[in-house]
Amino acid sequence: MTHIAKPIARHPKLAKNDLGLTYRDYEGSLSTLCAGCGHDSTTAAIVQAFWRLSVEPHRVVKLSGIGCSSKTPTYFLRDAHGFNSVHGRMPSVATGANAANGELMYIGISGDGDSLSIGLGQLCHASRRNVNLTYVLENNGVYGLTKGQFSASADVGSKAKKGAVNRAAPIDPVLLAMTLGATFVARSFSGDKAQLVPILEAALRHKGFALIDVISPCVTFNEHKGSTKSYMYTREHYRHVTEASLVPGCGELQATQKRGEATEVKLHDGSTVLLRSVADDYDPHDRASAFANLSRMQARGEVPTGILYLQESDGDMHTMSGTTDTPLVELPYADLCPGSGALDKLMDEFR
Amino acid sequence: MSGVNDFSLRIATVNGTGSASANGMLMQAIFRMGVPISGKNVFPSNIQGLPTWYEIRVNGDGHTARAPAFQLVVAMNPQTYKDDLDSVESGGWLLVDSSFPLDPRLKRDDITILGVPLARMCGKNFEGSRTRILMKNIAYVGALGALLDLDMDVVRSMLHEKFAKKKHLADANDLAIKLGYDYAKAHFDCPLPIRLQPLDKTSDQIMIDGNTAVGLGCVYAGATVAAWYPITPSTSVMDGFTKFCGRYRKTEDGKNNHIIMQAEDELSAAGMTIGAAWAGARAFTSTAGPGISLMSEFIGLAYYAEIPAVFVNVQRTGPSTGMPTRTQQGDILTCVYCSHGDTLHIALFPANPGECFTMARDMFDLAERYQTPTFLVSDLDIGMNDWMVPRFSWDDSYTVDRGKVLNKADLEEIEAYYRYLDVDGDEIPYRTIPGVHPKGAYFTRGSGHDKYGKYTEKSGPYLEVVDRLRRKVLSAKDSVPQPIIERREGARFGVVTIGGCDGAVREAAERWEAEGMPVDVMRIRAFPFPDSVEAFLREHDKNFIIEQNRDGQLYQLLLNETDITKDRIVSVRDYGGLPLSAKAVREGVSGAMA
Repeated sequence: MTHIAKPIARHPKLAKNDLGLTYRDYEGSLSTLCAGCGHDSTTAAIVQAFWRLSVEPHRVVKLSGIGCSSKTPTYFLRDAHGFNSVHGRMPSVATGANAANGELMYIGISGDGDSLSIGLGQLCHASRRNVNLTYVLENNGVYGLTKGQFSASADVGSKAKKGAVNRAAPIDPVLLAMTLGATFVARSFSGDKAQLVPILEAALRHKGFALIDVISPCVTFNEHKGSTKSYMYTREHYRHVTEASLVPGCGELQATQKRGEATEVKLHDGSTVLLRSVADDYDPHDRASAFANLSRMQARGEVPTGILYLQESDGDMHTMSGTTDTPLVELPYADLCPGSGALDKLMDEFR
Repeated sequence: MSGVNDFSLRIATVNGTGSASANGMLMQAIFRMGVPISGKNVFPSNIQGLPTWYEIRVNGDGHTARAPAFQLVVAMNPQTYKDDLDSVESGGWLLVDSSFPLDPRLKRDDITILGVPLARMCGKNFEGSRTRILMKNIAYVGALGALLDLDMDVVRSMLHEKFAKKKHLADANDLAIKLGYDYAKAHFDCPLPIRLQPLDKTSDQIMIDGNTAVGLGCVYAGATVAAWYPITPSTSVMDGFTKFCGRYRKTEDGKNNHIIMQAEDELSAAGMTIGAAWAGARAFTSTAGPGISLMSEFIGLAYYAEIPAVFVNVQRTGPSTGMPTRTQQGDILTCVYCSHGDTLHIALFPANPGECFTMARDMFDLAERYQTPTFLVSDLDIGMNDWMVPRFSWDDSYTVDRGKVLNKADLEEIEAYYRYLDVDGDEIPYRTIPGVHPKGAYFTRGSGHDKYGKYTEKSGPYLEVVDRLRRKVLSAKDSVPQPIIERREGARFGVVTIGGCDGAVREAAERWEAEGMPVDVMRIRAFPFPDSVEAFLREHDKNFIIEQNRDGQLYQLLLNETDITKDRIVSVRDYGGLPLSAKAVREGVSGAMA
């Protein structure tokens, strides 16, 4: 993870967002990943999404575990607070940070090794806890930094670069998240920024855990015939089942409403996600039918993408815990210490 | 045979039968008579049906270490009757339920057996099997009341306090007590030579366990985030924190100004604690040895990334699962050197619940001042047994030490901020809280970094940071709790100990003094070792290092982290899982001298 500072030069005509910032203000240092890596496209989509949302970079916390994908937080939002933690354990660090200060915006970047093998438990429990965290899983079916071992997302029958064939059943992060009760489940493709950016925007605005499985090919170790996570394979097999756009705004949280073919989902912060089903019979608000549809499509070798399930949650971890609205880090000590009088009284109970 | 206000009894029961509340009642009654007391619960890792013992030591002089022998044993568990019979000191008494015939082969001529038909009396007077079992235990408290001259008015007032809102329970308990008491009065020569006499030695004392004290200390320290995974013997730390937060940490609109997260495992609990501490909260986790093993990767991250996370380790008997309900000091080295690579941590070693309370506060201050993980290393004996300690007090002028944190105004003024730059030359860099100011943003990483916080794989910049980290942790030696040293005129040797061994070692030292062999005693309370630790060792040609683990971990740490040589220190260990007694200390030192 060598650090190469990116030269800061701006075209004077670059578009500015509500904060007067250009997308270049949301970039980080130069990527040290392989040329053509899917992760770099995902990073570019993340830059776009934050720019479009007009978020102050220093109000963002970006976290990761270990692996190629986990290197990427240095490549975006140089002015955000970053935390590259340990392998597979990013969710717990994000949970703790969010517990201390729920007012910041949290994005976690992970990979299929980091999330589905060593960190599977943490992924599941962060989802159950409904931590207000956008969880981007850059999925390429392979371990890159250690040179090409299969990951747990490798499909049965898919081939490694040196010819080995995977026989173990894959763990599919989307189907997994659906069974865990996740309230925002999406899949996209690093090569489809037009789809990925609005998904990221909606996920960042969603109050709760939002999983985005991004098929993000590894050009060095998994871009060959027989791979089911290559650019070629993904382009041939992926299809949009929903299309989403985010309408920022503010207002009361409302129930899901039908409007023509599209449904509107109002988020807690007042933004609206416009969600249109593209595939027949696909209802992204019905967990059971969505799960059945996705399972059928995936069994046929298709890669369904879009916001695959969305239900604005009743509340995140803080709501469940009954935490006060003031971030815990901002509570003055005077409000936290019961003082000598209370202690003296309490002591009588221990006699 | 010992006599008034100086004896020990052991109560053998079956766990899950309500004996804990009967034994607690007995303890509390003696305590309220003003007589110093200590209790040790020797319990199984089980919910119901296995043998459990409760040991009570009454000592008018205030010695509270575990009793080495029992003058009175209450044998309520047929399963362990043989062992219980054997455990009575010669000349002592055995109180047994005589409702059913006992194995005639099991007998002793050198003790007095006191049979009370507890089951039969309770069968006659109470309905329902559960009630009969519970009341049988209360009834032995009644019998002991007569035998030991317990102040029965105290017992009655306790019952009425406890069951103020449940009259039927108050009545049932009253009756059970009376059954036992009256039977003993009628059939035995009451009271026994070993008995109680009211004193006034507990009025400024409380009875509390160390884990509850840690939980309370964390509330007073201003901790707002707690993450944990249930594990014996540390679970009651979080039970205590939860209870006191419920009482003291609610906002006016009924919301919580704290959050407690039960994690999926200890790894996650450590990650949450570190994340929260990084984000600026006072955060802690509580666990036992197996949890520390699981957390160790994360602890290395907190050390290298300089995050003030707080770890409470209530030690139990290892290795592996070990004996989860027995005590040991087996994690001293694990805590001080926790995690791979070169690491070094601040660790505090409380000796009793009073120190659990104050050290809980200290460890947050130390963690934040030195920006490093700190450990509170307690153990099962301190954590789960009720100890008689002076009432806790709080100085309202105390303010939290957040260490070197740059706030918004500070950041506004400085030109550039670098997370790991030692600006003041005191080994401690400045920290920022996420979200406060754009200039305060930096990238936290467990990978190699230079003093500017940038990733590096270069030797020089790497060394600059890791060498400063060692100096930083060692520089805490003057701020950590200093050793407690007891000197005696003409001391023949030094005795050094740690944590819950304190009471037994001081009692042994008093005995030696009475026998004309004065010794100096030092109890180490923290790592890094203050200079006074090595100075004490140098004052004596021989120092006996007394601790509760097989490998002499404190001994090893002293060899490793001071310039003391092996000829000056001798290791004395007791590590079978039970709290230390003065007898074990004396025998251990004698053995080591021979």
